[in-house]
Amino acid sequence: MIQLPCPWCGPRNATEFHHRGEVTPRPEVASVTPEEWRRYLYFRRNACDWVEESWYHAAGCRRFFKVRRHTSTNEIVQAGRVQ
Amino acid sequence: MSQQDTHAARGTGRMRLGPQRGEVIDRTRTLSFAWNGRTFSAHPGDTIISALAAAGESCFSRSFKYHRPRGLLTASFHDPGCMVQVDDEPNVRGAHRLVEQGMRVSSQDTWPSLRFDVKATNRYVGRFLSAGFYYKTFMKPEFLWPAYQKVLRRFVHAGAISPNTPHEYYDKRYAHPDVLIAGGGPAGMAAAVAAARAGARVLLVEEEHQLGGHLRWADPAALVDLVAEVHATEGIEVLTNSAVLGRYDDNWIAVVQRNLPGIPERLIKARARTLIVAGGLIERPYVFAGNDTPGVMLSTAARRLINLYAVKPGNRAVVLTANDSGDAAVSDLQRAGVEVVHVADARAGGDILRVHGRQRVTAVELADGRRIKADLLVTATGWTAPTSLLNMAGDVPVYNPRAARFLPGGKAGGSVLAVGGIAGDGTLDQLCEHAATVGAEAARRAATRRYIQLQAVPTRNGHAPAEPSGEETTIPELPVAEHPELCRGKTHGIVDYSEDVSSKDLFMAVREGYDSAELAKRYTTATMGPLQGKLETINAIAVIAEATSRTIAETGTTTWRPMYVPVTLGALAGRIFEPVRHSPMQPWHVKNNAKPLIAGQWIRPDHYGDPAAEVRAVRNGVGIIDVTPIGKLDLRGPDVPKLLNLLYVNKWSNLGIGRVRYGVMCAEDGVVFDDGVTGRLGADHYLMSTTSSGAAAVWEWVENWLQTEHPEWQVHVTPMTTAYASINVAGPQSRELVGRLTEGVDLSPESFGYMNVRTGRVAGVDDCVLWRIGFTGELSYELHVPASYGLHVWEALLEHGKDLGVQPFGMEAQRILRLEKGHLIVGQDTDGLTKAYSAGLDWAVKLDKDDFVGKPELAWQKERGDGIRLVGVQPVDGRIVPPEASQIITSRGKIVGRITSSRMSPTLNRSICLAQVDAALAAPGTDVTVRLPDGRDITARVMPQLAHVDPEGKRQEIDGRASGLRPHAAPVARSPISPGDAVTRIADWTVNARPSHAALTIADYTPLAKIGVRGRHDGALAGALGTRFGRAQRLASGNGRRGDSDSDSNLVIGSGPGEWLVLGDPGSQDKLLTGVRSVAEETGEFASAIDLTHGRAMIRLAGERCADLLAKVCGIDLSDEFTPDGAAFRTSVAKLVTDVVRIDQDGVRGYILHCERSSGQYLFDSLLDAGAGFGIEIDGFPTSVAL
Ligand SMILES: [Zn+2]
Repeated sequence: MIQLPCPWCGPRNATEFHHRGEVTPRPEVASVTPEEWRRYLYFRRNACDWVEESWYHAAGCRRFFKVRRHTSTNEIVQAGRVQ
Repeated sequence: MSQQDTHAARGTGRMRLGPQRGEVIDRTRTLSFAWNGRTFSAHPGDTIISALAAAGESCFSRSFKYHRPRGLLTASFHDPGCMVQVDDEPNVRGAHRLVEQGMRVSSQDTWPSLRFDVKATNRYVGRFLSAGFYYKTFMKPEFLWPAYQKVLRRFVHAGAISPNTPHEYYDKRYAHPDVLIAGGGPAGMAAAVAAARAGARVLLVEEEHQLGGHLRWADPAALVDLVAEVHATEGIEVLTNSAVLGRYDDNWIAVVQRNLPGIPERLIKARARTLIVAGGLIERPYVFAGNDTPGVMLSTAARRLINLYAVKPGNRAVVLTANDSGDAAVSDLQRAGVEVVHVADARAGGDILRVHGRQRVTAVELADGRRIKADLLVTATGWTAPTSLLNMAGDVPVYNPRAARFLPGGKAGGSVLAVGGIAGDGTLDQLCEHAATVGAEAARRAATRRYIQLQAVPTRNGHAPAEPSGEETTIPELPVAEHPELCRGKTHGIVDYSEDVSSKDLFMAVREGYDSAELAKRYTTATMGPLQGKLETINAIAVIAEATSRTIAETGTTTWRPMYVPVTLGALAGRIFEPVRHSPMQPWHVKNNAKPLIAGQWIRPDHYGDPAAEVRAVRNGVGIIDVTPIGKLDLRGPDVPKLLNLLYVNKWSNLGIGRVRYGVMCAEDGVVFDDGVTGRLGADHYLMSTTSSGAAAVWEWVENWLQTEHPEWQVHVTPMTTAYASINVAGPQSRELVGRLTEGVDLSPESFGYMNVRTGRVAGVDDCVLWRIGFTGELSYELHVPASYGLHVWEALLEHGKDLGVQPFGMEAQRILRLEKGHLIVGQDTDGLTKAYSAGLDWAVKLDKDDFVGKPELAWQKERGDGIRLVGVQPVDGRIVPPEASQIITSRGKIVGRITSSRMSPTLNRSICLAQVDAALAAPGTDVTVRLPDGRDITARVMPQLAHVDPEGKRQEIDGRASGLRPHAAPVARSPISPGDAVTRIADWTVNARPSHAALTIADYTPLAKIGVRGRHDGALAGALGTRFGRAQRLASGNGRRGDSDSDSNLVIGSGPGEWLVLGDPGSQDKLLTGVRSVAEETGEFASAIDLTHGRAMIRLAGERCADLLAKVCGIDLSDEFTPDGAAFRTSVAKLVTDVVRIDQDGVRGYILHCERSSGQYLFDSLLDAGAGFGIEIDGFPTSVAL
């Protein structure tokens, strides 16, 4: 099990977190087309590479934060507070 | 050795030798045990097999496919022929398990007996059992598969399990060593000592019963000093009879510990900063005809028998040696009185062809054809490096033909290192010196990791962690000694002893085209048995290499996967933590025979005997139901309306104070996600309710939108689900009943109408929230009562409603009532595809709002007008209740909908349903066909609306006055944790009054006043409270803001970023709340404070061993460095999200733990269970709390 460096709590077991996945910006609701909206809903890069993703420390500080993680090595280069 | 010495221990067997220097048996005592019904004796320290060997036994099992007799091969844990049944435990490693008095041991897989095995005739029907026999023999015809299964089951080499085996306590704990060393041989010990001397906390794990590795039989004198050094060095924890099972990401390491008294096994989950792999070398068998005959054994096996157990392995021996170990075996054998009749030195071209004999070796045939009478053949032909932990860390070991074994490939990463025989060769001194260098370097790397981790944790006290010193040491290379490459001789023999795969099978597999090592192994099942390749992998690769005319290096290696050794299911699953949640009224439900309903973690009353009668009571008089699990979120701040407008599909900007609105939440795909009512209690104060099952998800959802999309909004969200006991009082008499107990709220219909909310006093309990809402369709009041008083109010309602015929009702009655009223349940009447317009919620969706979650999808759904619709449906024959999920079909059998809810209505005396149907069938009056599970089709009619009873909603509007307040019992506050039988009162609280003076105690601290505070994590409020996230401290009396002199007993806990919990004496919450609010107001920042006294269960642990206790249920490093006195953190404890605060008292370690109130008893019981081994006692609530 990997450890995740929570920017608030320090390294914790991954089981304490919820994985929210790749960060996808929310389109402008007033002008969005169905294609753009569904891209936002369902399309993810799912790359075997560095990804920027969002995690929630559900069993800890209850903060959302972003990490850059390599999906094949689980290496994490940075973790940043959202607020 | 004199003849007399040799036979001194005749009592335990004719092969028992006189005292040996390295022996591990206690000759002063004798044990007896049964082997296949006969009584044998043993000394403490004997393994089952060593005791049997001492008695002259040589056959211990039958092989898997051919049922050949099998004896002792390695005399270690991994001995493939020595798996036995011990009492009701199958597959026991007989050459490892120590004899205990009275053990009943039997052989496995030997039907009808070990000596005469009918299945041994399989040897003569080899065609069936050739390479890939599973795939060839048992494939066709298919109709015979059940028969094949029966046949195969008889052949499976496993013991018998008993369903009557008592459940044993399998333990679990967490560990956080700096350096974990897998293997306690000389190199592992040297590394441990060096690492510990460099300041590391070391966990040294040894598979065998003693430290020492091969020194135990090779050089017992050298061993004594090393072991003494390990024990004398501070910071080394030694686990013998324990195995490292696997290495996972970030050095998450599973260890099984088997040396605990009274506990069969303990699983240790270790997070090691560095791992040193010190597994030594495993001796490799030699492949030749008859190599599995009892009497053929490895040099290490012979040496173990003689030196550890003082057992003579045979009488006349031939030795095939290619190395020092074989040479040493020759002298050991001679010293033990074995006649060594021939030594074939492989280094000088010596070889053996085959052995003769069936039950036991009778003769050895040499390569030159000479046939020598002997009962023992000892082979020393090379080694296998058990690199599995390196492989699991990503290394790819490389075959070195010079050394004839695999060596580390250097790709395991910086936190995994190797020492000892796995890393290379050398003298004992060279190996120990290398290991010491590696140990010190591992400690240095661990210190660097620890430093980085320490900097990241907020729980440290103010001191900056000391930066580790020391330069990286280059790890020296060990020399690699030359060793002849000896795997198979000139004949075919067994390669995989567990799976009975011979070199011939592998040749055949290659001939059939399975010429890659991975394919051939799977096809023949070589290396796939219980040994997982430890003995056989190199031989298998070598044979495949030979059959394909390649080198071993070209042929490949094995992928070693966890577990390193098989592990019992008990160790993996033994202590399962399953948090449960109870409402404060649970004791009443239990006493009154409520049928429990398990809903997620909640245990709730389904009914109290007759749900239909409960429904009638509500429709005709008044009923009360415990709805505590309904999710409740306290929302505070000026931007709450913005949040509500975003998350709900309907409008919220104009909700007046005291008003309530039903709201629907959709996800971004427009699918209904949750629903509930939200009321406005004050100018900037709202209370949101959610479905019971959605409470946790909605909270996370709200936080997600606030934190990631709108961090600028000023809103504080506090989950209050179990801070309130929720009781719905429903029925025409509900106003009268509630009125008899309520003060400060005018219940008259004109001042407290439908969809309104008030706060007031109920049955003497302040701060209750009263909602006029109606899930049941009746006039009803939902009371949210501070949870500790829940049982008091529940009992008061029953007491004062007696003359009104008040009846408690459960979930089933509520489901019927709401179905009669046509109220949908999210997740029951909707599913993962149901968008708002499909759930009959058209009226709620406000597309004229600028934005809300899911708006685009809903706008498009409305435009299209297609999809499914939720409708009320009644079967034409009202006696038939179509089961839920019955399909609605067209005349041609096409599915066009389904019944989502159905019940017999006690009010209408007919069946009623909700159904999802295609939009085309949704018009009122449409007849649809419902197919029942038994195949019958019935007709049902679509109703004009969802409600079957009172569609106009008149029952909500019943007029009337309550007769007024009646005198009632004084409120009693109760903790969710049972106080036991000796109780006293403190403030309103019933508390345990029996003190304990045990060294380790657990006490219920729930009565403490608890105030939750929210604000900026780094602003003026944080300064005024004097505590930051991760720390707790006593509120300085100099603060004086609370206008109170006893501020010393207040504790401020920095429980989250911008989140604090202030604790005070029982009953002081109102004072404390006022004080904290004035502190917050003075800062001028956006802040909020809320009374959480009734929302949290609180437990105090005290005593030196409480960290050991917590380490069994909590994965956080509890050392003084990471979590010193004053540390505060939230984590998972026994799988429950729990706040932990370390508060030592008078130098004695202690913790305060608190969790959601509903799980208080669960947490208490889990901690009590974890403390059982440390003599924990329950302590009463202290007469004066010193925080
Ligand atoms: Zn955190």
